[in-house]
Amino acid sequence: MSTGSIIRISGPVVYAKGLAGAGLYDVVKVGAAGLIGEIIKLKGDLATIQIYEDNTLMRVGEPVECLHRPLSVALGPGLIGSIYDGIQRPLPVLKGLSGAFLKPGLAGEPLDSRKKWHFVPSINKGDPIAPGTVFGTIQETDSIQHRLIFDASVPASTAAYVAPEGDYTLSATLVGASDGRNYTAVSYWPVRTPRKFKEKQVTREPLVTGLRVIDVLFPIAKGGSAAVPGGFGTGKTMTQHAIAKWCDADIIVYIGCGERGNEMTEVLTEFPTLIDPRTGRSLMERTILIANTSNMPVAAREVSIYTGITIAEYYRDMGYHVAVMADSTSRWAEALRELSGRLEEMPAEEGFPAYLPTRLAEFYERGGMVTTLEGKKGSVTIIGAVSPPGGDFSEPVTQHTKRFIRCFWALDRDLANARHYPAISWNDSYSEYTEDLIAYWDAIDSAWDSLRSKTMEILKKERRLADIVRLIGPDALPDEQRLILLTADMIKAGFLQQSSFDNVDMYCAPPKQTLLLSCILTFHELAEQAIEHGSPLIKISALPIREKIIRLKSSLENERVQEGQAVIQEIRAAFAQLGTMAQGAVSA
Amino acid sequence: MRGVEYHGILRADGPIVIAERRENVGFSELVRVRDRSGQYRLGRIVDISEQAVAVQLFSENTGISIDDSWIEYLEKPLTFRVGDGLVGRIFNGLGEPIDGYPPLMSSDLRDINGRPINPSARVYPRDFIQTGISAIDGMNTLIRGQKLPIFSGNGLPHNRLAAQIVRQAKVLSGESQFAIVFAGMGIKYDVARFFIDSFENSGVLTRVVMFLSLADSPSIERLVTPRTALTAAEYLAYEKNMHVLVVMTDMTNYCEALREVSAARNEVPSRKGYPGYLYSDLASLYERAGKIEGCEGSITQLPILSMPNDDISHPIPDLTGYITEGQIVLERELAQRGIYPPIAGLPSLSRLMKDGIGEGMTREDHRDLAAQLFSAYAYVKTVRDLAAIIGEEELSDRDKVFLHFGDRFEQEFLAQGEFENRSIAQTLDLGWKMLSVLPESELVRIPPTLIEKYLPHAEASKPKE
Ligand SMILES: Nc1ncnc2c1ncn2[C@@H]1O[C@H](COP(=O)(O)OP(=O)(O)OP(=O)(O)O)[C@@H](O)[C@H]1O
Ligand SMILES: [Mg+2]
Repeated sequence: MSTGSIIRISGPVVYAKGLAGAGLYDVVKVGAAGLIGEIIKLKGDLATIQIYEDNTLMRVGEPVECLHRPLSVALGPGLIGSIYDGIQRPLPVLKGLSGAFLKPGLAGEPLDSRKKWHFVPSINKGDPIAPGTVFGTIQETDSIQHRLIFDASVPASTAAYVAPEGDYTLSATLVGASDGRNYTAVSYWPVRTPRKFKEKQVTREPLVTGLRVIDVLFPIAKGGSAAVPGGFGTGKTMTQHAIAKWCDADIIVYIGCGERGNEMTEVLTEFPTLIDPRTGRSLMERTILIANTSNMPVAAREVSIYTGITIAEYYRDMGYHVAVMADSTSRWAEALRELSGRLEEMPAEEGFPAYLPTRLAEFYERGGMVTTLEGKKGSVTIIGAVSPPGGDFSEPVTQHTKRFIRCFWALDRDLANARHYPAISWNDSYSEYTEDLIAYWDAIDSAWDSLRSKTMEILKKERRLADIVRLIGPDALPDEQRLILLTADMIKAGFLQQSSFDNVDMYCAPPKQTLLLSCILTFHELAEQAIEHGSPLIKISALPIREKIIRLKSSLENERVQEGQAVIQEIRAAFAQLGTMAQGAVSA
Repeated sequence: MRGVEYHGILRADGPIVIAERRENVGFSELVRVRDRSGQYRLGRIVDISEQAVAVQLFSENTGISIDDSWIEYLEKPLTFRVGDGLVGRIFNGLGEPIDGYPPLMSSDLRDINGRPINPSARVYPRDFIQTGISAIDGMNTLIRGQKLPIFSGNGLPHNRLAAQIVRQAKVLSGESQFAIVFAGMGIKYDVARFFIDSFENSGVLTRVVMFLSLADSPSIERLVTPRTALTAAEYLAYEKNMHVLVVMTDMTNYCEALREVSAARNEVPSRKGYPGYLYSDLASLYERAGKIEGCEGSITQLPILSMPNDDISHPIPDLTGYITEGQIVLERELAQRGIYPPIAGLPSLSRLMKDGIGEGMTREDHRDLAAQLFSAYAYVKTVRDLAAIIGEEELSDRDKVFLHFGDRFEQEFLAQGEFENRSIAQTLDLGWKMLSVLPESELVRIPPTLIEKYLPHAEASKPKE
């Protein structure tokens, strides 16, 4: 370990000399208080360091100690259900140390070293050790089995000792290798280095989110990447919370990057009380939180994203499907900008450093569906919120992000203002995964593809008609066209809108999604015919069944979806009656 | 070192002073500079190298000379003295008493920058505050521990509104001690006077702590003012268990001071010349609102800012909106039509409303009623746009009904007297009365059971068959 000293302090960036043998991105302990920092630039004897904590009253001349290892996260059982700051310090432990307010210089072990876990070995003495070998399992939560796997940094050798099944703390040696190395249930991985896998796969399986506008119109694949851009208050966080709650991933890593403290508290208080519909267990039993809120040190905000994604990759490597929510990547980009500014680097667009797009690309590239070293299938899906200044999508972070994601859920200010939630615009959003996922959905409902394209078509027609209506009013349109407006309204109110506060509707299972669409489109089709046969639109829109269809999303629980077939019958009956009435009128 | 003054500085550039590093000073340490006339100014160390120290002054720099200045390092960050007797006092922007009374009898000095709240130590805010204003209580509910700014413009009645909120705010479930912390930044004397008078008239002046950095004080001082005020608020809330309402006005002046300093330091500017860290800087203020575990008290923030050119996408309201838990937006058009309070129906939002309303808190129908009012009012806007083009007569019957609803909603629900204090039940009933203008079949955001229970039927105009 080498020790140097501080020669300059400029906010969270300090300069030090005398750190012999220090490497780029090595962790350092800075000053008398031993604040955690990272070396971000080396030039001769001069090291530039970013500090992850508040450095008020730090002085020139104070010591800097280099730990000669890159910033890493501790990986092992006990991650699930935890809440960490940007550099993986456990926030509840820090609370025990310093009360409700964070103080610099605090340290807490990320994984509880006293807790005992039940270890079941899966190799025997004399078995080979190599990256990708599973050496044992620990049941981490009721639904998550933690597979202990040798990572890519482990040199090949053989097992000289394997601990028998039993309860062990995290410091206990579980495997002793013939090369003298000992392995516990904990491993470390540098956060800025992607974890290794065998190969990337194409992904044809959706991440089912339970949000209709996403699953049907702009679906995302497991291992895919999506951006949720939107001005303030348009619903980025709510969308991410909803996905974190209801999507069919095994593990959720939620990164609160430069956002509100209360939103983290909300997850912490709400998730434990919610039940995962797939496992019947509390949602907190599959969730890991990284919270580096807007008022916490900005350098730690920059690294929080990497801390989160590394943990996600770790579970991916066990063969799990992990979904990462990053709220907000813009705040991360701003942290990058702020640090770059302190380093007096040449700014590119809007003060952001020229390497912003590279960093964004590297981040999104860490998502994907892979064959793990062990040979299993695992995925990391990345969903990143983007907070464009003034809600203007032409700014650099949104624009560059667009290049590296394939799902774009654009939040629309007008929809949000009209309290149409989720305010995902059907005009500006897109998904490049749709084609790949059709096969999956067809297996659930063979009509999926056609329901989807009909819906899109009606919404598209409505957009054109709306332009005309804005000029001349709806009355000038013929009934067939006004029906398009009527159906589009039903699609919006009865399908696209989905309130997170509606206990029935906040999560919509795939069969119910297609049912709701079938109802609306059946109505539309029958209405078209009725108009053709002379029924006036005003009669059609007055049919009570119309209101019933719109309310169906909140009145029919996911479990009762079969009863929905009756509604389709009711629609047919209503139109049949309308038809008789129309005919009666003609013959009279 | 305290008590040791070093003679001379190297450079003075705007609010930044560079001096030789003649003792081992600490980052962010407080500095006192004495000029040739014997006047003292405070500043803070913003950069230290082996040879030099950069100091950012909190006050005017006129009269600082290279040779005739003395600099003293105070070995602590900028602090504010807290203790008994704080409530009722008036301080300047730096936290020095200006009410003619001596400083507090206390040795309890607090770093004005505070410390970030550990997110796992926060308590999610849920207690409904009744302001007696329908547009807020009904549509954009204020919650104890929330940060809810007022986005306003020149000449709009934000001060009257803030005063009304302070006057009428009360929590329905039980009472406990409250205090008001007022931070005035770059405001005119008559605005400060207006608040003092209004506090006095409503009998709360003895519960107020004021921090005034008026328009004639150096603009840099504004960077300190909200921090001192929030330090006082934290003391009262988290140590004295009080419910503290913090009014901060005008945040736009604060941000301009920040821009000034940033420019003087030659930092790379972001949008409209504001520094790239404006977001983080504002967050370090707004995030000091909230509630924490093991403590009764709370800090509710009501920052007021004027939107330059009424532009909500200007960096100041924009970044504020990205941090706060909603916003109350004042609309010039409503104000011009004589509607007070001119609270814009659609862009206003309270994000903590969702958990603070409903059965047991306000009333079971609150959430659905508000959702329906919002969606109907949103449609009114569309209809009005259409009417502006094709004329009102050409509208369909359905649209005409909405137009009528819109007018009544603004005249009867949004509008109310400056001294009119409506209970939440009155507000909600009024909302139902407005909805009764619409055909029942339009109320698809409300479950039929609630319609049955609350919709006044006398006035209901059934759809024309
Ligand atoms: N799906 C939804 N269902 C119900 N309400 C919603 C939904 N989405 C958004 N909202 C409403 O909009 C408000 C703002 O949403 P949210 O906090 O997600 O915005 P945001 O885009 O994350 O804003 P910011 O960028 O400021 O963080 C919420 O408090 C809620 O009232
Ligand atoms: Mg958000």
